[in-house]
Amino acid sequence: MKKLINDPADVVDDALRGMAAAHPDLRIDPEHRIVFRGDAPVAGKVGLVSGGGSGHEPLHGGFVGMGMLDAACAGEVFTSPVPDQMVAATQGVDAGAGVLHIVKNYTGDVMNFEMAAELVAAESGTEVVSVVTDDDVAVTDSLYTAGRRGVGVTVLVEKLAGAAAEQGRPLAEVAEVARRVNGQGRSMGMALTSCTVPAAGKPTFDLPADEMELGVGIHGEPGRRRVPLAPAREVAEMLLEPVLADLDFTGGDGVLAFVNGMGGTPLLELYVVYAEVQAVLAKAGVTVARSLVGSYMTSLEMAGCSITLLKVDDELIRLWDAPVRTPALRWGV
Amino acid sequence: MTLDTDALGAWVGEFARAVREHRDELTELDSAIGDADHGTNMDRGMTAAVAALDATPPADGAALLKTVAMTMISKVGGTSGPLYGTFFLRMSGALGDGSPAAFAASFRAGVEGVVARGKAEPGDKTLLDALLPAADALTEAVGAGQELDAALRAAADAAARGRDAVTPSVARKGRASYLGERSAGHVDPGAASAVLLVEAAATTLARS
Repeated sequence: MKKLINDPADVVDDALRGMAAAHPDLRIDPEHRIVFRGDAPVAGKVGLVSGGGSGHEPLHGGFVGMGMLDAACAGEVFTSPVPDQMVAATQGVDAGAGVLHIVKNYTGDVMNFEMAAELVAAESGTEVVSVVTDDDVAVTDSLYTAGRRGVGVTVLVEKLAGAAAEQGRPLAEVAEVARRVNGQGRSMGMALTSCTVPAAGKPTFDLPADEMELGVGIHGEPGRRRVPLAPAREVAEMLLEPVLADLDFTGGDGVLAFVNGMGGTPLLELYVVYAEVQAVLAKAGVTVARSLVGSYMTSLEMAGCSITLLKVDDELIRLWDAPVRTPALRWGV
Repeated sequence: MTLDTDALGAWVGEFARAVREHRDELTELDSAIGDADHGTNMDRGMTAAVAALDATPPADGAALLKTVAMTMISKVGGTSGPLYGTFFLRMSGALGDGSPAAFAASFRAGVEGVVARGKAEPGDKTLLDALLPAADALTEAVGAGQELDAALRAAADAAARGRDAVTPSVARKGRASYLGERSAGHVDPGAASAVLLVEAAATTLARS
């Protein structure tokens, strides 16, 4: 294993120390592994809390700041944080207007956030609403499975619900924006390589040089199927086909198209993919209203990408364009 | 024969030791169909649990299991933290008088806690596929008047059979479920660690 670390056991704590040093406008609680917005709790504003396993940076800590999250809890690599952290984060951002939990649909994340919400309800009067993101079309959804994974749409939920909260909207409305975004977004990912969890020391799976995994999530887990390596043009088609089949993205005010890097793919290649995405969408009669290209929700050093489409309207476009000031997304300020 | 605080402490200690011994193997199983952290997470949690028990010796068996539960919940995260934490917490609340029958009943209460927290069903290919048959075997053996060592041996064997029985199945819960058909043929890491738990009971509690 070749990694820029000190000790595999200290990766999360060392990275949080670095974040604290690099971003003095954030407040970091090293004991609970929470990244707080420096001015939290913000008077009159609904608090937004998210969190999850580490290894997906900049998600979630990199999205803490004005216009997005108020706090993010960091778990071990690829492991959900624990209820104590979520309780401390919730209490730390509650300004009396209630707190929204944004939870990616993974069994562990959902269970730990549920336990945290139960504890908060038992200990204080803070109102907590949870929105679970589950946009990954690679997973068959049924009553009998864990359901779809929360992937790319989570970034968009954090931005759009964050903007709604920043406008001073009440908890029910902020939660409604979050649910609507999740309901109107779909994603699909692929991997060219696996990744190495620091504590495991070797790649999670082996992928021959001439093959790729389709339908991967963000935890280095194998995908739905393995196919021969193909040019970016065909990869864009393979990823968009199930996305476009799952929801009608034509008409209306168009879509936000998000090409996300998995951590080990250069921006150069992500733009190559984006060009193909545009072409496929144009052919399918889908208008692109806004775009986002970059590595925002990663799987350590995995090479590959995911594509997320979100159906937008005037309101969502306005919320997308609203100012944001976080380590990883920053505009209009 | 009663299961006192020392006996339960030995069980927990043996489980922690077994998890440490099999840490890399559990992580290896999780690499195949999950996210390669089950062994490290369980080891971190059980090591912390044993340290917490050493730091503050518990007043009784219920307090001991509660310490293990709260440590798992607050240190592990993922799915194994809440699930094993809930198991020990529910067991702690139902421990009773330390008789074999009470132990069997509290073990079942723990397993039912896992059902409630994880919302999984038999055959979903989770730790429940080892824990449910173990609880059934334990209840049946104790009910039939068997000695505790024989009952726990039956429970451990049932857990191992349950783990193996779902190996060919497609996972329906947890991260392995994202693989669909590709999860078939792999040992479930949660079921594997649950077998270690019951096996640890068979090796330690039978001596008490």
